[in-house]
Amino acid sequence: MRYLDEYRDAKIALSLARRIASRATRPWVLMEICGGQTHTIMRYGLDELLPPEVELVHGPGCPVCVTPIETIDKAIAIAGMPGVIFVSYGDMLRVPGSRSDLFEVKASGGDLRIAYSPMEALKIARANPDRRVVFFGVGFETTAPANAMPVWQARREGLTNFSLLASHVLVPPAIRLLLRQPSNRVQGFIAPGHVCTVMGYREYEELAAEFRVPMVVGGFEPVDLLEAIAMLVEQLEEGRAQAENQYSRSVTREGNAAARKLMFEVFEPCDRKWRGIGPIPMSGFRIREEFARYDAERVYDVATVTAEEPPECIAAEVLQGLKKPHDCTAFGASCTPERPLGAPMVSSEGACAAYYRYRRNPLVKV
Amino acid sequence: MFTCPLPITMRDKVLLGHGSGGKLSAELMRDIFLPAFTNPALCRLDDQAIVEAGGARLAFTTDSYVVKPLFFPGGDIGSLAVHGTINDLAVGGADPLCLSAAFILEEGLPMETLRAVAKSMGAAAQRAGVPIVTGDTKVVDKGSGDGLFINTTGIGIVRPGVSLSANQAKPGDCVLLSGYIGDHGIAILAQREGIEFETRIESDSAPLHGLIGAMLAASPAGAIRCMRDPTRGGLSSTLNEIAGQSGVGIVLNETAIPIREEVRGACEMLGLDPLYVANEGKVVAIVDPVAADAVLAAMRSDPLGVEAHMVGTVTDRNPGLVTMRTALGTARIVDMLAGDQLPRIC
Repeated sequence: MRYLDEYRDAKIALSLARRIASRATRPWVLMEICGGQTHTIMRYGLDELLPPEVELVHGPGCPVCVTPIETIDKAIAIAGMPGVIFVSYGDMLRVPGSRSDLFEVKASGGDLRIAYSPMEALKIARANPDRRVVFFGVGFETTAPANAMPVWQARREGLTNFSLLASHVLVPPAIRLLLRQPSNRVQGFIAPGHVCTVMGYREYEELAAEFRVPMVVGGFEPVDLLEAIAMLVEQLEEGRAQAENQYSRSVTREGNAAARKLMFEVFEPCDRKWRGIGPIPMSGFRIREEFARYDAERVYDVATVTAEEPPECIAAEVLQGLKKPHDCTAFGASCTPERPLGAPMVSSEGACAAYYRYRRNPLVKV
Repeated sequence: MFTCPLPITMRDKVLLGHGSGGKLSAELMRDIFLPAFTNPALCRLDDQAIVEAGGARLAFTTDSYVVKPLFFPGGDIGSLAVHGTINDLAVGGADPLCLSAAFILEEGLPMETLRAVAKSMGAAAQRAGVPIVTGDTKVVDKGSGDGLFINTTGIGIVRPGVSLSANQAKPGDCVLLSGYIGDHGIAILAQREGIEFETRIESDSAPLHGLIGAMLAASPAGAIRCMRDPTRGGLSSTLNEIAGQSGVGIVLNETAIPIREEVRGACEMLGLDPLYVANEGKVVAIVDPVAADAVLAAMRSDPLGVEAHMVGTVTDRNPGLVTMRTALGTARIVDMLAGDQLPRIC
C-alpha cells in the first residue's frame, strides 16, 4: 500500500536504527509528544531497536487522557438529558468520569452515537429537528478545525438544535510547562506531525530557540519515528537546537492557513485544565462569544463538578514523561483497560494503555 | 465533600461491550452464566457442547444473530445464521446434521424483507447440505426489537476418534489459519457507516464443514488439537482464549498473517486493528508439527482455504499470552480487547 509500506519497511527501519546507534555517543532522553506516536513505538517495538544511549519518554499528547474529569462529567450530564442526541468519537465513551461513563448513559437509555467526523453530528441535527444534538469535540490543534466546522456551518444554515461541547488543548504551552520544570529530563522532542499539519512549525522554531532544545516534526509510522529520532540524536551530538521537519510529506512550515482561519473564527485561546497535569495558562480553546448559542456548556446548565483523581494514579508523572507506566503500582493490577483508574489507560493513544496492550511489563520477550 | 475516585468496577447494567466477545463477555460468562448453569459439558467453554447419547457423540450449539444491516456485501443475516452455526459444529470435529431457526420479528417489518431473508437461509442450508428442520416465530411490539433477530441451533455428530478442545494446545504445535482476516467486520462496518472504498469488500461468510472435514481426513488422530472460527473479537480473541485455556503461549508471525490490501486500508483509515475484526468463514487450527504440512496442503486444496498459512507457533513461554514477532523483528503482546474496538479520535 503506497504511503504505508515504504514507511514500515523493515530494511529501511533497521538501517535507521544502525544510523542512530552509530551517532549516539552519550545518553539522550527524547520525548515523543503525541500519543499516536507512542502507540506506534509500542506496537512495533521501536524502543527495542534503539541503542541503550537513547531513552524515549512519552508525552502528554493524548487528547482523551488530558480531558478534565469535569468535562467528562458534563458530557455524561448532557447525554442523559431527555431529547438529546449525544454524538462522540468512539474512544471518549469508556473514559471514566467521577461516577460513571458514557457507555452507562447509553445503557440507561441515552441516545449516544459514535461518529467518525463532526459533520455527521450536523447531519443528525438536520434529520432530527425535534431533537437537540450535541457533539463532544475533544482534541489538540489537529481536530480543532474539524470541530469548528459544524459550528460555523450550523450558524450559516441557521440550525438551532446543534451545539458543541468543546474541550480543546494546545501543544506549545504544555511543552513550555514541561521545559520549565526543574525535574525535566527531556533533551529533544519529536513534535506532533498531525498538529503541525494544521499549525505549521514556526511555534516549534520559537521553542527550540527559547529553550535551546532540538525539535523534529515527526510522522506516525515506524520509519518516520526512527528517522526523527536519528535527526534529534544528530542535532544533540552536534550541539544544534533547531526545529526540523521529518514529516514533510504532510507538514509545511506555514501549515494549513485555511483550517487555522476557520478554527480562530470559532475558537479563542483560554486557560485550560489538563487532566493529570492541572491548569496551564492559555493552553486551550473556548468557543467565541459570537457562537455562544452553539456552545453546549452555555446552552445546557451543566454545574461544574469538582472531582478528585484516584490518589494511586500517577497519570500526571506519566503524561510529563517523568515516569513510565509500569512504574505505577496500580499498572496491570488495579488499573487495566477494562477498569481504568486514569485516562492514559483508556485511550488507544494513552501511554499506559499502549504499554498494557503491547508490552504488559518490560520483560515480556518472545 | 468526599467524591469517590474509584473507577466504575461494578457494572450494574449490561453494556454493549458485554456482547463483543472480549473480556467483558468472558466476565458475564464467569460471573453470571457459569455459576447458574454449571456442568461438565458447559465448562469446556468450546464453541459447541459435546454430549453422549445412544453411543454417539453429539455436538450441540446455538447462536443468535443481531447483525445490522440485515443485508451486506457477501451475505445477509439469514445466510450468516446458517453458516455461523454450521461452523460452530464443524470446529468441534462434527459433521452437521440439522438446524433449527427461531425468529424474533419487530412489528412492522416489511414482509418483503422477511421473505428475502428466509429464501437466503433456505438456499444457504441447501448448499451446505444441512436442512433447517424446526423453528419458531415471535413478534414483538414496534420499538421492542430492531427489525429482525434470528437464533439458530445445530446438532452434529462428532467424527469417531476426533476430540478437539481449546485446552489441548501443546508447546511446539503450529497455528494454521485458513485465509484473509477481517473481511466480514470491515464489509459490515463499511455498509453501516456508508464508507466507500475503491474495491467493494465482501463478507467471507461461508460454511466451513467441508474444509474442516478435509483437514481432519488429512491428519492422524489427535494431531489437530483444536479448531476455532475467529468470529467476534477476531483472530486475537480466539488465540487468547486458546492460550488461556491450554496454559501455553502463542507467538504469531506478523508477516505471515494474510490480510487483504483493501481491509488493511480500511483499518488504517478507521483506526482499527484487523487482528480484532470479525470473520465468518475462517478457521484457526492448532496442529501437531508432524501433521502441519499435510493439514496445510489439505486446506489449500479446498476453495475456502486457498490462502491458508501457518501464522504462528505454540510455546511454553509467557503462558496465557499471545505475542507477535513484528515485521521489524521486535516483539509485542497481542492482547484480548476489553469490549468493542473503538475508533479513535485522530
